[in-house]
Amino acid sequence: MTLNRRNFLAGTAAMTGAAMLPKAVLAADAIKLGSILDTSGIFDAYGKPMDMALRLAVNELNGAGGLLGRQIEVVSYDTQSDMALYSQYAQQLTRQDKVDVVHGGILSASREAIRQTMRKNKTLYFYNVQYEGGVCDRNIFCNGLTPAQQAAALVPWALKEAGGKKVYTLAADYNYGQITARWIQKFVEEAGGEVVGTDFFPLDVADFGATIAKVQTAAPDLVIAPLVGGAHLSFFRQWAASGMKDKIPLASTTMGVGNEHKVLTPEEGNGIMVAYSYSQDLETAENASFKDRWTAAYGDPTALHELAVSTYYGVHTWAKAVAQAGSIERDAVTAALETGISVDGPAGKYTVDPKTHHATVDVHLMKVQDHKMKVIETLSQRPPIDTQAVCDLNANPDDNTQYEIQI
Amino acid sequence: MDLAFVILVEMLYAVASLILIGAGLAVVFGMMKVINLAHGEFMMMGGYATITAVNLGVNIFVAMLVVAPLVVGLIGLVVERLVIRHLYGRLVDTMLATWGLSLFFIGLVTMIFGNTTTGISTPIPGFAVGDYQINGYNFFVILAAIALLIGVLLVLRTTRAGLVARGAMQRSDMAAALGYSPDRIYMATFFCGSALSGLAGAVFAPLVGLVPTSGGAYIAKAFITVIAGGPSLVAGLLSSAGVFGIVSQIFTFAISPVIGEVALLVAAVILLRIMPQGITGRFFKGRL
Repeated sequence: MTLNRRNFLAGTAAMTGAAMLPKAVLAADAIKLGSILDTSGIFDAYGKPMDMALRLAVNELNGAGGLLGRQIEVVSYDTQSDMALYSQYAQQLTRQDKVDVVHGGILSASREAIRQTMRKNKTLYFYNVQYEGGVCDRNIFCNGLTPAQQAAALVPWALKEAGGKKVYTLAADYNYGQITARWIQKFVEEAGGEVVGTDFFPLDVADFGATIAKVQTAAPDLVIAPLVGGAHLSFFRQWAASGMKDKIPLASTTMGVGNEHKVLTPEEGNGIMVAYSYSQDLETAENASFKDRWTAAYGDPTALHELAVSTYYGVHTWAKAVAQAGSIERDAVTAALETGISVDGPAGKYTVDPKTHHATVDVHLMKVQDHKMKVIETLSQRPPIDTQAVCDLNANPDDNTQYEIQI
Repeated sequence: MDLAFVILVEMLYAVASLILIGAGLAVVFGMMKVINLAHGEFMMMGGYATITAVNLGVNIFVAMLVVAPLVVGLIGLVVERLVIRHLYGRLVDTMLATWGLSLFFIGLVTMIFGNTTTGISTPIPGFAVGDYQINGYNFFVILAAIALLIGVLLVLRTTRAGLVARGAMQRSDMAAALGYSPDRIYMATFFCGSALSGLAGAVFAPLVGLVPTSGGAYIAKAFITVIAGGPSLVAGLLSSAGVFGIVSQIFTFAISPVIGEVALLVAAVILLRIMPQGITGRFFKGRL
């Protein structure tokens, strides 16, 4: 088909028209689940699979007869990777659509942009993304991994595998990297090791030649690299290109979250040690069946990542609490969640930690092997120890801060 | 001793990469006075052209040295015909237009390749220098930069085309009076500048994880190098890349990579304060 202006105009007009139609003619008493995610713009690689996972979970629930005998309707807004749209759509979800629960937010900035709106309007909020930890608010449930959960599992194991004591940390220069580097230091010292050097890199640094020489001068037994984004992926490539990969073992807290291990060649990636709550390559019956359901709904599951899976858990955790409470009222559902509800799924077991409203999860220790994550060991039910250190919602139910965790 | 050698190589590499990053812009901005804010995106597309060609089975060196410059050069040609040629001599307007182009190219590449990181691995293995391991590809980058400088110098100096191009850049009316079409010459020069940008992007492709927004990482360094270099193309590139590469590497080794980046910018500010016309505005005057 040739695309001329007339076709283009007709096509876009039809699409706009379709978008303006009421979402579906639903029963008047449908439960409204609000979704607020970046499904376009620069964060769409994160947001699109999260949106798909959310809909998959809702369709499963509806297919099984809905919740409390009512169907669930998704009210979704695409925030287009624009932080300003978050506050606008949050107002719309809570005031105009009057949804019963909101799932969403990707960057910490987006979460903080809408958290207070949710709290003020008494709308239960689920944030399903790996983040820096420390949010203490009874209205929110955070479902993602926090740095201590990951580092506590990764560091002792990687040190044991490396068979040495000296660690060099190369981290991204923003709050996630800074916080993670401090946790790494703490866990290295607890394991009897020593951090011989730490370097931070702005997110657009793509040249690591000098750093690689510096690391060699320090001669560590292990390098841990919480580096973030496309430019930083260069490090893994240049590390391998200079022939260091087989000399000093490498661990990372971020490599693979956006499926980066599929971009590196086996020569570059093999042997890198990581720890996550989910990988596509987990060999469990639940994961196989989850991937089948995903494939049936959307086709190819290669874009699937941990953030999508924790969104899937978020919806099911909420649904289980609603069923247990027999109500969709915020206070009743929160009380049900605070009984420590747990959900089994593709990544293992997710349990709500009543004290912090964060998740206790299974952490899988893995090595990259030929574009896949090979699970070496699974540590079951790791609590969110960093947030637990600063937050106790049992004692202070009115707390409403994001603590900066002192290590 | 080994460390000294490694540091030396890293410094040469830093200088060479600044030369490569700046070369395309030096032609387009330095010679033609077109502020090409889409320069980073030209490099990004050079990277994607290389990766696509390699994935289609083309030899990696052919992909880098032939395919990528040609593809990006042709893109530059289209851009020049459709947009830039209407804006010669209108500095601010070209800025706006090329900024729009950069957004357009980011969007286009995102639509085609998706907003994910891609890449290929380096074709040259690393090797040991005493106790140190060093990236063999660094030498290729250094050689590429040297070859590029010599190539540009030879073309501008010894060929008729180079002479005509230089003449047309200085006095296009005179070149026209002598029977050369300035329109054609501008077009060809823009093609060459774009091709050089594509080449640079291609050479860096195996070292980085490429995303459609990768161009942003290059643009500032490219402009700093070219503006601080001043009016001469080759001498300017070489001298400013030399200063900035060495300064940033010294601070990177001595303190940290963040300070290295800061030192580069501080050096640029100081240099432009002392020499507002760029290095070759004061030294090496009249050289190429």
